[in-house]
Amino acid sequence: MTTRQSKPRSDRSPWNWLLIVPVVLPLLTFLFNFDEPRLFDWPLFYWLQLAFIIVGVTSTTVVYQMTKKKSGGE
Amino acid sequence: MTVQWTEIIIFSLLFVGVSGMGFVAARWRRPKDTMEHLDEWGLGGRNFGGWITWFLIGGDLYTAYTFVAVPALVFGAGAMGFFAVPYTVVIYPMLFLVLIRLWSVSHRHGFVTPADFVRTRFGSPTLALIIAITGIAATMPYIALQLVGIEAVLKSMGVTGHWPILVAFAILAAYTYQSGLRAPALIAFVKDVLIYVVILAAVIYIPYKLGGWGVIFDAAQAKFDATENPGDGILLNSANQLQYATLALGSALALFLYPHSITGVLASKNRGVIKRNMSALPAYSLLLGLIALLGFMAIAAKTQPVGAGTAQADSNTIVPNLFDGMFADWFTGIAFAAIGIGALVPAAIMSIAASNLFTRNIYKEYLKKDASPAQEAKVSKIVSLVVKVGAVLCILLLDPSFSIDLQLIGGVIILQTLPSVGIGLYTRWFHRGALIAGWGAGMGLGMWMLYNISTPATATKAAKPHFAGSNFPLEKFGLDTKMTIYVGLVAVAVNVIVAVLATLILRAVKTPDGVDGTKAEDYLVDEGDKDVDTTDPEKEPVSST
Repeated sequence: MTTRQSKPRSDRSPWNWLLIVPVVLPLLTFLFNFDEPRLFDWPLFYWLQLAFIIVGVTSTTVVYQMTKKKSGGE
Repeated sequence: MTVQWTEIIIFSLLFVGVSGMGFVAARWRRPKDTMEHLDEWGLGGRNFGGWITWFLIGGDLYTAYTFVAVPALVFGAGAMGFFAVPYTVVIYPMLFLVLIRLWSVSHRHGFVTPADFVRTRFGSPTLALIIAITGIAATMPYIALQLVGIEAVLKSMGVTGHWPILVAFAILAAYTYQSGLRAPALIAFVKDVLIYVVILAAVIYIPYKLGGWGVIFDAAQAKFDATENPGDGILLNSANQLQYATLALGSALALFLYPHSITGVLASKNRGVIKRNMSALPAYSLLLGLIALLGFMAIAAKTQPVGAGTAQADSNTIVPNLFDGMFADWFTGIAFAAIGIGALVPAAIMSIAASNLFTRNIYKEYLKKDASPAQEAKVSKIVSLVVKVGAVLCILLLDPSFSIDLQLIGGVIILQTLPSVGIGLYTRWFHRGALIAGWGAGMGLGMWMLYNISTPATATKAAKPHFAGSNFPLEKFGLDTKMTIYVGLVAVAVNVIVAVLATLILRAVKTPDGVDGTKAEDYLVDEGDKDVDTTDPEKEPVSST
């Protein structure tokens, strides 16, 4: 492969593995298919799945921040 | 049901205001030279930054139908309807790396549609045609469903007949024709602000009025305990957990294969915008989770759908009727406007995406090979009108439940483009003929499975022998279980297996394969890179130095 930049580009990074967590976690129904413990009267099924949104946002944010420096600015 | 004048006046005022914005949008971020180019009309100049993209894709993916149908599903079945949350959590990390590759290669080669990419990647206009037709077929009923969202609101206000829908869609068609993607991008600001205000007010005020979240969940539990249906409840059961997970995963895989989602992605100006949006778009998922719970609030508030107790009971009117019963008239009007305008944004983007597919992969490929960019833009604008007439006819001539069936089928068929479009971004290993064979196998199996899904008769509803959902009972495959699985995921798995086997066979018998018009580094380019030419899509890539 010929490159026109001084260094070859790549989207590869060990940080990318972090993205697997929020993809797998919300699909494992046996982890959250419970009523107790309730939080603010919400069954676990509902509040924990909404909490997975935060896991997703955190991992995509971390991967974005950690990989943008490596490739010399996004 | 009586006619609600206050609601109708507020709804109409907001609707008219937003329509005005749709026309003015043609002058918003106006290009220096010409609007008569698909990059302008169809992709808003390929120049949207983070905020616009957030509003645009948010307005595009989280449609009015979603806002009406998801709580209706939770109202009817409970926990199963909450699949929309894992679906929209999984999607962004899963596609984080995929969409930037799609953006780069499209930026490099001036692709406007997913079928453009497939054509160049696999050197096969036939495969591209199949992808384009699949995309158009999956999008049409989706547009029709947006009308279902508006209709639900109109019914709750006591407005009957089809003429208001015709007026609304005529206005939508006119400003989409004039302003292209700029219209929904600008309107999305208003739509999303209204939706956020309404939903936040609803999830604070309604539980307060009903006596707290505990009361709401208990009321839902009591309702589901009283029904004879074993599939409902505020938790999942052993039979539908697999369905829950596979439906969430399958829907997530399907969403960004829809042409209108790809249109939103390609309209952004660089890779960073897309990456940041993968972190920011889940804000809508949180909103969707709260909206889903409106279904339980409706149970606690003893809300009845329009036509309750009859065969015509319209469960989609649950949320509008809940708002109507809970809020003051003026605020209900705002809430209804939010849903109505929420239908316009995705309907506009979907019709643009479908038109682009027609123009690029059918018109230019087969009808007029030397079409100029201005002619392409012209054809797309006209086709966008045709698409909307088609969607309106769907609603007027067919039973509304038929559009919902079509939408169900749409999700399954768009998934069959995964090997060509999704996996194709990573590997060129598949043979073009094998991808066509896999597509055929996936489509055939998917249709057969959907056809064989039935529901029994209940007190108010007749039995539905075919196309009664996307949850296929595994016992029909001869397995001894009550579990069900999402049709789309099974169909696409078979699709991939057939494509792999057919590739091995076609290679063994040395069938000629297409030429890959892309290079490895094309998938990594970003805004501002040299020798990237988006002005002439047909121009050969400049060889690297």
